[in-house]
Amino acid sequence: MLSKRIIPCLDIKDGRTVKGVNFVGLRDAGDPVDLAEIYSKEGADELVFLDITATHEKRKTLLDLVARVAERINIPFTVGGGISELSDARALLKAGADKISINSAAVKRPELINELSTAFGAQFVVVAIDAKYTEQGWKVYLRGGRDRTEIDLFDWAKECQDRGAGEILFTSMDHDGTKSGFANKELAHLSSMLTIPIIASGGAGNMVHFKDVFQQGKSDAALAASIFHFKEISIPDLKKYLNDENIPIRL
Amino acid sequence: MRIALIDYGAGNVQSVKYAIKRLGFEPILTKDHDVIRDADKVIFPGVGAAKSAMEQLIDSGLDKLIPSLKQPVLGICVGMQLMCNYSEEGDVECLGIIDAEVKKFREGLKIPHMGWNNISDFKSKIFDGLLEGEQFYFVHSFYVPENKYSVALTNYGIRFSAAIQKDNFYAVQFHTEKSGDAGEQILKQFLEL
Repeated sequence: MLSKRIIPCLDIKDGRTVKGVNFVGLRDAGDPVDLAEIYSKEGADELVFLDITATHEKRKTLLDLVARVAERINIPFTVGGGISELSDARALLKAGADKISINSAAVKRPELINELSTAFGAQFVVVAIDAKYTEQGWKVYLRGGRDRTEIDLFDWAKECQDRGAGEILFTSMDHDGTKSGFANKELAHLSSMLTIPIIASGGAGNMVHFKDVFQQGKSDAALAASIFHFKEISIPDLKKYLNDENIPIRL
Repeated sequence: MRIALIDYGAGNVQSVKYAIKRLGFEPILTKDHDVIRDADKVIFPGVGAAKSAMEQLIDSGLDKLIPSLKQPVLGICVGMQLMCNYSEEGDVECLGIIDAEVKKFREGLKIPHMGWNNISDFKSKIFDGLLEGEQFYFVHSFYVPENKYSVALTNYGIRFSAAIQKDNFYAVQFHTEKSGDAGEQILKQFLEL
């Protein structure tokens, strides 16, 4: 049986790991390659590296980091942040990334999804969507949650799938950093309307939240950062708990 | 030991290279026929679509070379699918090493089949040292049905070949290079054949 995936997310700034609380107030949580290896040994199913200061000058630093991660760890990993052209994605693939994640660039130019999917395969393309509930419903936000758009979350997710995305990584900005659980209702809706896997992000605070995101939120994978980095939840404990709760998991 | 890692422009060969290096070997990334023919072991990876991968093999003449190899060959993911007669992905004739046809997963399943799934019914030396039910990392939308060459099976809506073997040709649908220690164990077994 296909297992639900537990994915630690490492936010990278200047080659170090950080995690924002509601996208502001960054705290340092260590060296990315060391952390990646620890998580891999502890039983993480995949890793996500999100470069939050990706500028052209820093590109080389990120590629070096990706190569060092690929050399050391033996589980799949996704790299996101600042990817807006095929050449960015190709460089990351060559450095050893298994998947790339795109966000604002896809909203600005949706054809990018088709281009990446055609060039490298759907399995390589994760579209990350940040959204927030407004009086007009769930709206997509850009630039790490700074800019609101008028795009509906669910319409956009469907379009991403139709254009060739291999997975959707949905972050609810209303839940992110709150530690009060994932956006299970919206996740379940996404999961039922789409045929590609959904990664849930934003809101993990305890082990029950992970059970809920798989059972109620129907997610295929759950992503979290600070609770893993600051050892509030250990991955082996979490996986044992989920297994005891009859959720298919890799032990 | 000379290990040829066939580099024909299909996907993440770096990961396979790094995995082999972690086992203490230095693979040669190549599409040179002489280097491949003279290697002790050949690894045939693949990510992406069967049709474009076949086109790249034909362009470099590897479509003729690979089926003629006599040393142990390990196909990974699309590499395994390309060893079959035909793939529904792009409606394309493949290498014809394994008498099987590659099919698309049925409607109603999440596609790609992505993530860790358990495999069982081991019938090959490459699984020595592993327990039945061990989990491996899969990413694919097409599958090789169960057939007389299946040496491991997995379930995703249907029971299908997680691995196949015929003579010196070994192949796995999952990514050995991304399947943690269990995946590296299979690579190690293959390299020790």
